Amino acid sequence: MLEIVNLHATVGDREILKGLTLSVKAGEVAAIMGPNGAGKSTLAHVLAGREGYTVTQGSVLFDGQDLLALEPHERAAAGLFLGFQYPVEIPGVSNLLFLRTAMNAQRKLRGEAEISGADFMKRVREEAAVLGLDLEMLKRGVNVGFSGGEKKRNEAFQLGMLMPKFALLDETDSGLDIDALRIVSEGINRFRGPTRAVLLITHYQRLLDHVRPDVVHVLRGGRIIETGGPELALRLEAEGYEGLAA
Amino acid sequence: MTALPTRKLEAWRYADLKAVEALWPPPPARLISVPAGASDAQLLRVDAGGIHDVRVELAPGARLQLVVVITSASYARVQIEAHLRAGADLDLGGVLLGSGDTTIELVTDVRHLEPEATSRQRVRLVLDEQATGNYLGRIAVARDAQLTDAAQSARALVLKRTATANLKPELEIFADDVKCAHGCTVGELDKAALFYLQSRGVPPAEAESLLAQAFVADALDGIADMALREQLDAETRGWLERRT
Repeated sequence: MLEIVNLHATVGDREILKGLTLSVKAGEVAAIMGPNGAGKSTLAHVLAGREGYTVTQGSVLFDGQDLLALEPHERAAAGLFLGFQYPVEIPGVSNLLFLRTAMNAQRKLRGEAEISGADFMKRVREEAAVLGLDLEMLKRGVNVGFSGGEKKRNEAFQLGMLMPKFALLDETDSGLDIDALRIVSEGINRFRGPTRAVLLITHYQRLLDHVRPDVVHVLRGGRIIETGGPELALRLEAEGYEGLAA
Repeated sequence: MTALPTRKLEAWRYADLKAVEALWPPPPARLISVPAGASDAQLLRVDAGGIHDVRVELAPGARLQLVVVITSASYARVQIEAHLRAGADLDLGGVLLGSGDTTIELVTDVRHLEPEATSRQRVRLVLDEQATGNYLGRIAVARDAQLTDAAQSARALVLKRTATANLKPELEIFADDVKCAHGCTVGELDKAALFYLQSRGVPPAEAESLLAQAFVADALDGIADMALREQLDAETRGWLERRT
């Protein structure tokens, strides 16, 4: 589903990704682990198309399509979802208005009909109940007044509502207490499926206790330096990143 | 008739004087007078060029909610002089949306003449292209107007760096037991918020509209008439969507 080949990317004058190659298949849950400054968040932002990140070399195919040629909103419509490490607060734009606008914009770009108000609210109630989000809260400004855990739950809520093909989750576990981690993990597990894929970006093994990955990649110095099964994450937790060749 | 204003007059400092000359003399002031203890709500909708003088007289205990929306594509000016008697209350919301190379301005002079009157002003300007938007807000508290509570908040959103916002608060206070709060900010759209919206599938132009709409919303918040509120929301949305 996602094929990244020899990706080089810079932020300002600094090259952060230095020939990253990675593939994620449909049905797969992959984890990327790595030390601070390895390029994990840069990878997430490059894939989502954030301004200020320049790809200097390499290619990214998403479902056979040249992902890097698409605008950020077109990437979303194509089925890519970025779960933010630090979800943004947007006062004055309610969560529900935002989500409905996003859903319909995606549908429009895909040539699908808009979702009806009734169907939308039905889906909202279902997803909010699963994630323990208060409906009143969702009528307020996007993430405004939300605790760190609530913001991450809101990301999981949007993931469940939008049901993309590919979820790229950047440090979704940071700032979560044990209960919130469990709820968000359930959200991700519910999302798993044979036609979808997940790429979890994380520092710690903790999230992987709840969302068991099929593959673990180690990112260091802007490249994937090792790939293995779930046991690799356990080994990293025990031995740290220092033992791995950069 | 009064003489044509010049740049030296503080209240006309940022005006488009060429346009003013063409519009001179302006029509006589419109009077909004609210009797003692009564309440009123008024909307002033300016979608064409012109100079609008408004005189507000609030008798003791009178309440007025006034909303000014300026979306004119040529020079438009609204100047409001309000006189507040004891215990009167003025709630003023202003939305100025400017594009092209036009100048639009709101000039307020709120005079607390007697004790215990309250006034709140919320003014939001959204400026695109080479537009200029001005807000000059004066609050004057007379010597006897103790326990005045006056608040003024003006914020401008500059969509392009070629646009100009001039915000000028002015407080003149002669009483000693008063509350006067004021704040002015000029800013651009939040890049992080724009990216967040886009990453969820909202196209850039629509994302900008959504954020700008949220920005002006609190100037319209005081409107109790829901139908009117929705109409104004739709109008600002229409303006924001048209400009792209």
